[in-house]
Formats: sequence, C-alpha cells, structure tokens
Amino acid sequence: MSVPHKVGSVKSKQVSSFVMQDEEEGLDTAEGEEWMQGKTLVKPPDQLDLTEAELNEEITRVLKASNPNAPQNVVRYSFKEGCYKPIVFVDQMAIHFELEGNLVHKDSDEGRRLMAKQAEVDDGGGDERPDNVSIKAGKREQKLTNQFNFNERASQTLNNAPRDISCQTEPPPRANFSATANQWEIYDFYVEELQRRVKSKEKHEGQFLNKEEDKSKKKMIQAETQNDDIYQLAKVVKIIERMVNQNIFDDVAQDFMYFEDASDEFRGEKGTLLPLWTFQYDKAKSLSVTALCWNHKYNDLFAVGLGSHEFTQQGGGMLLFYTLKNPSYPEFIFNTASGVMCLDIHEHLSYLVAVGLYDGCVAVYNLKKKTDQPIYNSRASSGKHTSAVMQVKWQKDDLDSNHNFISVSADGRVVSWTLVKHELVFTDIIKLPVIDTIPDDLKDVIPTVGTSLDFHKQKDYSFLVGTEHGKIHKGSKYYSSKFLEKYDAHFMNVTRVRWNPFHPDVFISCGWDWMVKIWDQTMKSPVFTFELKTSVTDVAWAPYSSTVFAAVTTDGKVHVFDLNINKYEALCQQKVVSKKTKLFNIEFNPVHPIIIVGDDRGHVTSLKLSPNLRKKPKEKKGQDLPKGPEVEIAKMEQLLSSLR
Amino acid sequence: MAETGDGKKEDADYKRLQSFPLIRHTDMPEEMRVEAMELCVTACEKFASNNESAAKMIKESMDKKFGSSWHVVIGEGFGFEVSHEVRNLLYMFFGGSLAVFVWKCS
Repeated sequence: MSVPHKVGSVKSKQVSSFVMQDEEEGLDTAEGEEWMQGKTLVKPPDQLDLTEAELNEEITRVLKASNPNAPQNVVRYSFKEGCYKPIVFVDQMAIHFELEGNLVHKDSDEGRRLMAKQAEVDDGGGDERPDNVSIKAGKREQKLTNQFNFNERASQTLNNAPRDISCQTEPPPRANFSATANQWEIYDFYVEELQRRVKSKEKHEGQFLNKEEDKSKKKMIQAETQNDDIYQLAKVVKIIERMVNQNIFDDVAQDFMYFEDASDEFRGEKGTLLPLWTFQYDKAKSLSVTALCWNHKYNDLFAVGLGSHEFTQQGGGMLLFYTLKNPSYPEFIFNTASGVMCLDIHEHLSYLVAVGLYDGCVAVYNLKKKTDQPIYNSRASSGKHTSAVMQVKWQKDDLDSNHNFISVSADGRVVSWTLVKHELVFTDIIKLPVIDTIPDDLKDVIPTVGTSLDFHKQKDYSFLVGTEHGKIHKGSKYYSSKFLEKYDAHFMNVTRVRWNPFHPDVFISCGWDWMVKIWDQTMKSPVFTFELKTSVTDVAWAPYSSTVFAAVTTDGKVHVFDLNINKYEALCQQKVVSKKTKLFNIEFNPVHPIIIVGDDRGHVTSLKLSPNLRKKPKEKKGQDLPKGPEVEIAKMEQLLSSLR
Repeated sequence: MAETGDGKKEDADYKRLQSFPLIRHTDMPEEMRVEAMELCVTACEKFASNNESAAKMIKESMDKKFGSSWHVVIGEGFGFEVSHEVRNLLYMFFGGSLAVFVWKCS
C-alpha cells in the first residue's frame, strides 16, 4: 500500500516480500516452497498486517511504455483555429543517459580529410608518398573554392637585385730555400757552434774580470777593442772618402792639374787667379786663420792654425791639417787651449809641427802619434813667453842632434827652444830693443812686440825680426846683446818680413800702413815700395821665381807682382773672398802653381796662378837657358842694379 | 790500440757533446720557433728508430697548431730545394747526425 500499484498483466500473490522474490526467481516454486518450509518465517517490522483473505487477493499490474514524467495535457495555441488545442501525441521519450559520439562517416568530407591526414602522419616514408600524392590530388580535385568561403590575395615583396662580389686574398708570401743535409755538414756545424759557445763563455768571463778592475782601466780596454775592430776599416774608409771627394770635386781637380787660362795671352801682362778648393771645418767657424804652412815632404798637405787676432775674442784654438786630396775634412785635428798664432813644419821631419799659442805657450806636435796632445808643451816650464807667440821657425838640429826652433813673441823676446828628451829647454837669444819714446823707468816693463821672424835661407844664423812699431831688426844668433841693423820700415805694425828665397840680400816686408817694401839689406831705404789700398796682412815670395811675390790685404784681395815684368803695379789684383772677409795669410805651394789664403772666417781658399803670373824669361833660339837659382839671382841683381 | 780506443772515446764524446738541438736556419718568429723546436726534439726522441712516425707526429701537431699544411723531412743525408711560406721554415740538427726540416706551404 505504500507502493502505488499499476495495472499489469502479471499476477502476483500477496505474500510476504520474501516469498515473492523466491517465486520470481525460480520456476521450481514447489521445490522452493518445500525448501523454504524448512526455515522459519521472519517478518520484517514494517510489514503490513493483513488478513488471510487480503493476502490471497489478486492484484493485477499493467506495464506501459509511456513516460510517467511526460506531460499528459500539453496545450498549444493553434493559429489556424484561434484557440488552444490539446496536443495528443506527446513525446514519450525519457533520456536517461546521453553521450556524444565522435564517429564520422568515412565518405563524408570530414571523414576523407581526416583519413588523408592520418595517412600522412602514419607513414612519412617514400612508399606511402604516391598514396599521399594521390590523396592530395584527390583532395585538390575535391577542394572547391567558391567566392563565399575563399579569398585569394597575392603580393610580391621586393627582391633586391642579386650582385656578384668576388674577393681574392693575397696568398702568404713564399720564398725558396735549399740546402743539403749531410753527416759532414751536421758535424761541421756542431763543431762551429761549440767553438762559438766556448768563445762567448770566455768573453763573458773576461767581462766579469773587467768589471772587478778599475773603471778607468775598463774604459781603456774597451777603447782598445773598439780600435781593433774599426781600425781595419779606417784605411779603407779613408780611401773611399778620398775617391768620393775626387768625384765630387772632379772639375776642380782637373783645373788644378791641367787648366791653363788661355785668355792670358790676350790680357797682356795681367794674370788671374783661378779659385780651386775651399777648405773649411764646422767647428772652426768662429775662429780665424792665423797661420798657414805647407808641408815640404808631402806637397798636398798643409797646416792651418786657427785662433783669433782680436784681443777681446780669445777662446780655444785649433790646429788643422788639410790635404788637397780631401777638401771636405781635415786630415788631422788638434784642439789647443788657446788660439794658435803661428806654426811651422820641420823641413825634413815633416811630422814635427811647432805651434805658438796666444797665451805664450809653444807646443810641438808629432803627427805620427795618434794622440791629440802635443809631445812637448811649454805650459808649465819656466821661461815660457808671457805674451802671445807671434812666429816660430824650426832650425837645423844642434850639435847634440836635438831638434830646436826659435820663437818670437809679443813680450819682445826671441827664444830658442830645444827638444831634449821629454822637455823643452829654452834659451833666450835676444830681446828686442825698446823704442825711445818709452820713458826709462818703464823700459823693462813695456816690451816691444815682435811680430814677425824670418831666417836667412843660406846663412841661417842671420835673421830678421819685425816689430809692432814698424821697425825691422836684423840680428844674428851669435850676437845676443845687440841687433846688427835696424830698418825703419813702416809706420805701423810690420806684419811680415821674408827673405828672398834666391837672392841673399833681398827681403820683403809688409805692414798695416798699406805698404809692401822690398829691401836690399845693404841699403837703408827700400828698393821697391808698393802701396796697396788697405792694410797688408801677409806677403810671400814665390818659390819658383825670385821676382814674383804675392800679398794679401784686409779687403779680401790678393795682389800678385812680378818685378821682372812690371816694376810698378801688380799683375793681378783679385778679390777672392766675399765682402767683409779679411785675408790674413798667404802661402805658395813649393811645387804646384797654387797659393792658399786664409781668412778671418776660418776658411782657407786655394787659388791657381794663371800662366802670366808664372812667366819664365823667354828662351832665345839656340841658346840653352840656364836653370836654377843662379838665374834667379841674376834676374834680381839686374833689377837692383838698374835702381841703384 | 789505445789510439783507436781514444778515437772512439772522442767520437762518443762528440756525439754526447753534440746531441743538443741546434737550429741551422730558420725565419720563424720567436714563440713559434721555440715550440716547433721542442716538438721536433720530443718527436725524434720518442721515435728514435722510425723517422716516418716522428715526421708524422711533427706534421700533425704543426697542422693543428699553426694551420695546414706543413711538410716535414727527417733524415741523415738529403738535399732539397723548396718553396715555403715566408716566416714558416725551420731547419735544425739533432742528436749529432739527424737533420729535421719543417716548412709550410699550402
């Protein structure tokens, strides 16, 4: 009664639920009943208590296939009739469970597509490719592109134009190399290497020893080794230097040897001086040339003394030796403490050079020695001159065969110096007489400055001294108290006196008073007088002729005279240096027809005498012209006699 | 007898004295030269009896370190003329009688 009963066709007895279950289960109800009767019946607590009669009542139940939840009285409005009408057929389906499937029919679009995709995914190999292609082809056929679903749009990006670029790197440089690898080569090389190592070890040890010794000693050793190394080169380099110089000054060298000025024929008596080389040394720029001397043995070598004539500009001095073969650089360079005032090269021993300095010292240099110190120096010794040494002249060796020379200086003394072993021994020869204008009490103090000195060529005891006051004194080595003669030569400083190389009685002098005078020693007045427009600083006789001489003046001119040709004027007056340069010295080369002149810039200029200046007397046909000094003497004598 | 004995002794001495590696000619830069020399010495000592393997070892190491392509000749008596890349040549002696010649040319 709690459970609503439906009208069913199946009859059921109203028995205890327990029993009903049994009946439904099995057909063997009889057996069931019999089996069941063995057990005691248990009644559930909520079972209805019914009477027997009620229990035996048959209730019919009917099962229907209709959804009890479905509405039975659905009404819908019908527009046709305009009223609500009940719907008879109501959906009677009750969905108890719903599951959406994912099966797709294989012939449909979706299915075909999926199949194709799957086929691709499954087989990536080549075997299936034709299948794929066929599938794809099939797909493509089927693919419908209509305007509603698909839209084609195309665009083309800008592709840059292709360019060719090529590059070739430089391959690394290559070189060829060849050699031979033999047993003997290997052996030789090893032996060499061992020797080298031994040598370097020795050197190393040697160096260590040196370091232990004195520093000065070390320097010496190093200097020696340097000398050894470079010494071999020195000779070669010297020759090459001379070659190069010869090449550079080739035209000058040609002129020196061969050029004879042809125009001299048209010039009548006059001659010219052809400038050849100029010798200068940078370090001597501030110095002026004070002395020149040719070397008698080597005719291309000459000495230049550099210093200063000015009292106020005294500095160091230099003694340079140049050779005509190398005009660019001196052969020998000696630095002196003070300016060189005069120099003389020994006639026979051409490596001995006597030098007189501004501070009164005399020094003797030996060119053979490598040092640049003089071998004799009168610096510390007593008896040295107290003032500048103006002239030095070598003498013949004395009785003990010691070399000696004589010097005259501004302190008025004429001193003879002898080279004895390691020192200079001096002997006063004579003292220049003091002039009368000086008061008596000062006579000892103020000396007469001797400016020039010359010894007679043949009678070498006889000499001439020129002084600052313009006097020339003739003296003799044997008379030490007095002079033999006195000549009033010039009004001012006598810059040079020289004996004539041929004639025994003739000498020449020049001075600051613009005069050049030629004297016969027997006569008190000059034989010839020449006035040159400015102070004459030096005069020299030509070695080849007794009548030719040249003079230099402070205006830079060289005057050359030949008394044989023209007694009154110069054959040549030529300016050889740039303006404002004074010439101080002139010397004739004993052999070649050239002269050198020194100026106050420290330069020495060499000049070649043109033929007119070197004339020998004309040869008469058929007559053998006697050569030699007699001719020269005769020439001079002729001249002199004409004037007496 | 004594003389020959001495001679042999001298010989052995020379060999001992001369077994240091000695560079005969090279234009390599300093570090390359040092490395190459050491490599050659190692290789020659390792393969004292087999020049080919020593050369092989040297060539391969040089290729790796300094780029291809290197050529190596090891021997006791040979003459040669080669074109080589500049600053890549080493010619040295070793062990008193062995000459090693290494050059690069690609």
